Amino acid sequence: MRTIHAYLVRLLLLAPCLVPLSWLGMPPIAHPATPEEIGLKIATESRARDDGFGNFMAKQAMVLRNKQGQESRRQLRVKVLEVAGDGDKSLMVFDEPRDVKGTALLTHAHKQEADDQWLYLPALKRVKRISSSNKSGSFMGSEFSYEDLSPPEVEKFTYRYLRDEPCGDLTCTVSERFPVDKKASGYSRQVVWQDKDALRTWKVEYYDRKDAHLKTLTIGKYQQYLDKYWRAGEMNMVNHLTGKSTVLTWSDYQFRTKLKERDFSKTGLKRAR
Amino acid sequence: MSRRGARSLLALTATWLIASCVAVDVHAEIELAAWDLSGLVSLEGRAFPQTGIDASQRSYTTGFVVEPKLYLEEAEGSSFTLVPFFRYDSVDSVRTHWDLREAYALLYGELGEGEWEVRLGVDRVFWGVAESQHLVDIINQIDFLEHPNGEVKLGQPMVHLTWTGDWGVLEFFGLPYHRPRIYPGRGGRLRFAGLVDRERVEYESGAEEWHPDFAARYSRSFGPLDVGMSVFDGTSREATLVCVPPACGGSVFPYVFIPYYSQIRQFGLDAQLTLDSWLLKFEAIHRSGERNPLGREEGIRTALIQGRGFEGILGQYREEEYVAAVVGGEYTFYSVFSSTSDVGLLAEWNYDERGRRALPRRQPMTLDNDFFIGARLAFNDVDSTEITAAFLTDASRETRNLGFEFDRRLFDQWSLHVEANLILSIDPLDVQYVGRRDGFYEFHLEYNF
Repeated sequence: MRTIHAYLVRLLLLAPCLVPLSWLGMPPIAHPATPEEIGLKIATESRARDDGFGNFMAKQAMVLRNKQGQESRRQLRVKVLEVAGDGDKSLMVFDEPRDVKGTALLTHAHKQEADDQWLYLPALKRVKRISSSNKSGSFMGSEFSYEDLSPPEVEKFTYRYLRDEPCGDLTCTVSERFPVDKKASGYSRQVVWQDKDALRTWKVEYYDRKDAHLKTLTIGKYQQYLDKYWRAGEMNMVNHLTGKSTVLTWSDYQFRTKLKERDFSKTGLKRAR
Repeated sequence: MSRRGARSLLALTATWLIASCVAVDVHAEIELAAWDLSGLVSLEGRAFPQTGIDASQRSYTTGFVVEPKLYLEEAEGSSFTLVPFFRYDSVDSVRTHWDLREAYALLYGELGEGEWEVRLGVDRVFWGVAESQHLVDIINQIDFLEHPNGEVKLGQPMVHLTWTGDWGVLEFFGLPYHRPRIYPGRGGRLRFAGLVDRERVEYESGAEEWHPDFAARYSRSFGPLDVGMSVFDGTSREATLVCVPPACGGSVFPYVFIPYYSQIRQFGLDAQLTLDSWLLKFEAIHRSGERNPLGREEGIRTALIQGRGFEGILGQYREEEYVAAVVGGEYTFYSVFSSTSDVGLLAEWNYDERGRRALPRRQPMTLDNDFFIGARLAFNDVDSTEITAAFLTDASRETRNLGFEFDRRLFDQWSLHVEANLILSIDPLDVQYVGRRDGFYEFHLEYNF
């Protein structure tokens, strides 16, 4: 885990070579890079910029809208722990709807193999190990699926850079990513817009297994924490097939809290509330 | 309220007071960092299409449940949880009951590379992986008044220590007080032929309900495999029912049985292997020390004819030692037919070494050589609509049970639960044959706050 100081020193040392680099602050590429190589570099760099956050907590509020405009609400709290050399550990605790209040989901994500997931059911005080292959399923009846909400591990996709194009006041790179495990994902591909300044994701288009444009996610209200880590404040997912949409609002971000490894164990899961 | 009821109330209150005193003492100088009041109010009804065996049993009942939950947390993360429970039943005054489901202080901290956790007070604990029965699960008494499936439990006073490390999780339980199982009263159904005495409860131990029981469990995850090993030494949670004249026998109706609790030892093993969409499950127990009347009918009859008392009749019961197991699995088809719905299929085989001498574990099934087949359809819609079906069949006898459940959120805070428990057939040789008319339908209209 790098400190901010170490990061700043590195940045200063790199400063002279940052200037000629037209994009991304990446070292110059010796041979003409293929679109696949560029795509992978963007993904790797994007993930690397998030290194060292340690842990964070945040609140999520979802508003689910159907075609007729009827609304339904969800509220949950999220705790995430960075794990060196592996996927993050996360704990989600549901507050609303009230009938699932106290239900908690513990995920130990992995870079290569399948994630480990346990569900805590407060009415029975039961911890249940569940299958993590349900990536494409709806998350709490929303337009977000589990895979849409888990941070994309670089190793779980292959990439292809498409083009640069303006996005608002910024310039974005547009790349495609394809799931390595085709069975585990509900998508054949995703198209991702990331700005060249900070590699924040602003838009994702999801294409289903028949390559039909299924959903579009737009992300906004970014804020920077600890002078380094960008986090979205609002995510809007629209399903083009059903006309339903879900707005996910993030709030109360807290970084480098006293969260410990032990809070992400099965014993810790039983304490979640 | 009965004498025993008053005593158990006293014991629960004492435990609660001790737990809250500890909590207050520990928290004396620390400010409350968070608190939360939530809970459930439920309007419920149950209907039995067939009349009971006993004319005093009613064919329908209505009532309500109140179960609030108060949670207090101080800045360091220690907390106190309080969950009282009350049920009102319109036809059975025994089923109108209250309980302290939870009232415990929780403290935890670092211990070397790992952590320690203490839960002190009344709590509920769940062990195991199977769905058709909870074989290894033994810490709590079941709340038999709530549902014959045994999923609902009474609060258990305990000291629960947990030590977690890279090497796994080790837990110790000190259980100072025994909660007897309460059976439905005269107007109630699902009590089968007789009533169970609430005033007279017999224990093998001279310390009666104050016999200190102990339990321990070691559990660990190895990649896709979750394993738990447990041991319990103390008062059985299952009553042995003893028929002693004049309250029981002859032309008396209904019979009033005396419940007797043996000192038992149980070793348990539970494991689940999670591979993609497969969950493979296994639970097994070895239990010794429990008394069983089945297979000793001749001797019991003789003792009854000789006019012997409780001890003499109980002396005829066999003190048994047996193994029982559940093995099975669950497979889920996600997003079937390109919809958002998931379909889960479950199958489990229940085995009990005692065979025909096995006592019912999940009414009306003995689960000695029984297959369970289940299906779960989750629509994953906004209202979390879910339908489950469960079929239990005895492989060697004509006993079959079919259950359906439907769950759905109605509005943000309201939800609906409807279930059907159909007894398709019961073999006349089964002890639970007397319960053959107790299939029922039930609904809950729940308000969650």
